[in-house]
Amino acid sequence: MTTALSTQELTKIEAHIAAHKHMPGALLPLLHAIQDDIGYVPEDIYPQISKALALSVAEVHGVVTFYHHFRRHPGGKHILQVCRAESCQAMGSEKLEAHIKSSLGIDYHQTTKDGAITLEPVYCLGNCACSPAVMLDEEVYGHMDNQKVAALISEVRNG
Amino acid sequence: MVKVYVPRDSSALSQGADRTAKAIVAEAQKRGIEIQLVRNGSRGLFWLEPFVEVATDKGRITYAPVQPKDVAGLFDADFLHGGTHPLNLGLTEELAWLKKQQRLTFARVGITDPVSLDDYLAHDGYKGLKNALKLKSADIVKTVTDSGLRGRGGAAFPTGIKWKTVLDTQAEQKYIVCNADEGDSGTYSDRMIMEDDPFVLIEGMTIAGIAVGATQGYIYLRSEYPHALKILNEAIAKAEQAGYLGEKICGTNHTFRLEVRRAAGAYVCGEETALLESLEGKRGLVRFKPPLPAIEGLFGKPTVINNVISLATVPIILDKGAQFYADYGMGRSRGTLPIQLAGNIKQAGLVELAFGATLRELLYDFGGGSATGRPIRAVQVGGPLGAYLPESQFDTPLDYEEFTKIWAVLGHGGIVAFDDTVDMAKMARYAFEFCAIESCGKCTPCRIGSTRGAEVIDKITTGKDQVKNTQLVRDLSDTMLNGSLCALGGMTPYPVLSALNHFPEDFGIQNKKVVA
Repeated sequence: MTTALSTQELTKIEAHIAAHKHMPGALLPLLHAIQDDIGYVPEDIYPQISKALALSVAEVHGVVTFYHHFRRHPGGKHILQVCRAESCQAMGSEKLEAHIKSSLGIDYHQTTKDGAITLEPVYCLGNCACSPAVMLDEEVYGHMDNQKVAALISEVRNG
Repeated sequence: MVKVYVPRDSSALSQGADRTAKAIVAEAQKRGIEIQLVRNGSRGLFWLEPFVEVATDKGRITYAPVQPKDVAGLFDADFLHGGTHPLNLGLTEELAWLKKQQRLTFARVGITDPVSLDDYLAHDGYKGLKNALKLKSADIVKTVTDSGLRGRGGAAFPTGIKWKTVLDTQAEQKYIVCNADEGDSGTYSDRMIMEDDPFVLIEGMTIAGIAVGATQGYIYLRSEYPHALKILNEAIAKAEQAGYLGEKICGTNHTFRLEVRRAAGAYVCGEETALLESLEGKRGLVRFKPPLPAIEGLFGKPTVINNVISLATVPIILDKGAQFYADYGMGRSRGTLPIQLAGNIKQAGLVELAFGATLRELLYDFGGGSATGRPIRAVQVGGPLGAYLPESQFDTPLDYEEFTKIWAVLGHGGIVAFDDTVDMAKMARYAFEFCAIESCGKCTPCRIGSTRGAEVIDKITTGKDQVKNTQLVRDLSDTMLNGSLCALGGMTPYPVLSALNHFPEDFGIQNKKVVA
């Protein structure tokens, strides 16, 4: 499933391609720029990327799908990442994960029906002194429990 | 005007440091008091964040942890002049937790404003580079070699030897690459350096560039660290403006440019050759070695690839001399290790000590035992590929060779504690599961062994042919240990087998002979 790109999005993507194409090892910085801007890396633009960087479409596809960070479909308005690594497990993250999934009614890599939250697993946020940790968009939160995560979610949903 | 310090480190922010800072500024305005707010790095006592400090005549005084609701009371108690208050912990420098440490790499962390170059210079910053600029390349490399510094990313390979190989390899272009893909659970010292004292990393990389003749550096930073990205870019821009990066560094003929590149969430890219592939814009597949990256690294050119802590330790070595650094430590583990206490621990934080302290000292003297108040049953040292250690091994000194002797790894110095509610069979299964998720797929033992391993653990825990399946896990682990290209497949057996050997009861194994 691909979502048709708007003219505005295409223009933005073309500008990113132009800005990055002469950079050594340009593909990852370019994919980041595209995802930061429009929220994901649409498959429709693989041909343009491959042409600009002299790569095959398969190579571009290979890179996009190799890295957990890149999304091939639009995500929700906010991205909630829950740490699954050992330090957070030692502080009860498994129960927290289960609670978050059931309260949002989604599993990992899914988006809530209202389009507000996409849930992703993450393996360490470097906040291991304050486990369990989650990251909401670009902010990390420590010593999380069910109530605190619920408060964060309702804050962004209402904000 | 009184200086008030509120950290901007991610872990401080994760506990509301921004709200505390705002509340302090608002309360000061309300009372018509002028203050100077400094957003410093964290001192690393994370159970006390937000950790507020006030500069007084006697020195900096700590008030911690400060929540917005405490702020009005602090002003009432005249905290701006060190007033008495239940949150007043006294002089920061006198806090036992800090006083017992030997902070060399972390000398400035928590003290300075991370993005103030003036602050950096006022606290011995760029002294190492100034000394390096007076030396011949080979003498800079020799100083690093003589200091005994070994790769702090986990592999513990002598840093000076890597540098010498790059120095001795002729090429038109060479590179310095900083591995800042700190993906190991329980580790955050790289993040702290980058967020709390970024100039020390920039200085270390610049010295490396001058030492081996590299003019371009890259910091490969994990995408999970957005604050570090902002702070590094701000610091790099300031260093460029002041002539510490770019052309004609400090008025000499040396050129060194530095760029931060974002990773994209693949754990395996912490492996140096996968990292280089990723920097080149490819999938993070591990390369065969040889050729070594020091000879054919990034874009096929000679490349120094070092961890953040290794590079951030270079400035103090060049400033104070190889012997000064080598005088710390034990055996072949010279200098200090920034240890990170994590997981189920009461006082989690950053402890920099000379090699040689025991796990028990770290867990109890610094850590204060578990956070839940229950007995600590196991600790995992060295990240997700490190062994689990039972209580009987807590007297092991933190030293690379001592850990090797007990079939464990010190790695990047992360210590994750678990209390007695942990299910070690689950942790062993998780190690295989993690390996399966993160495997780059290039070699069979890692790609397939990890999935089969998780299945066999399930068979053992459900009591199916325990003797046969335990032997199967051992055989599989042996194949992974000896047949994998890199540490991901090659070290996954450490957490798995250590869990099995030390905690067989968690696997439902009653008869100890099954384990042998």
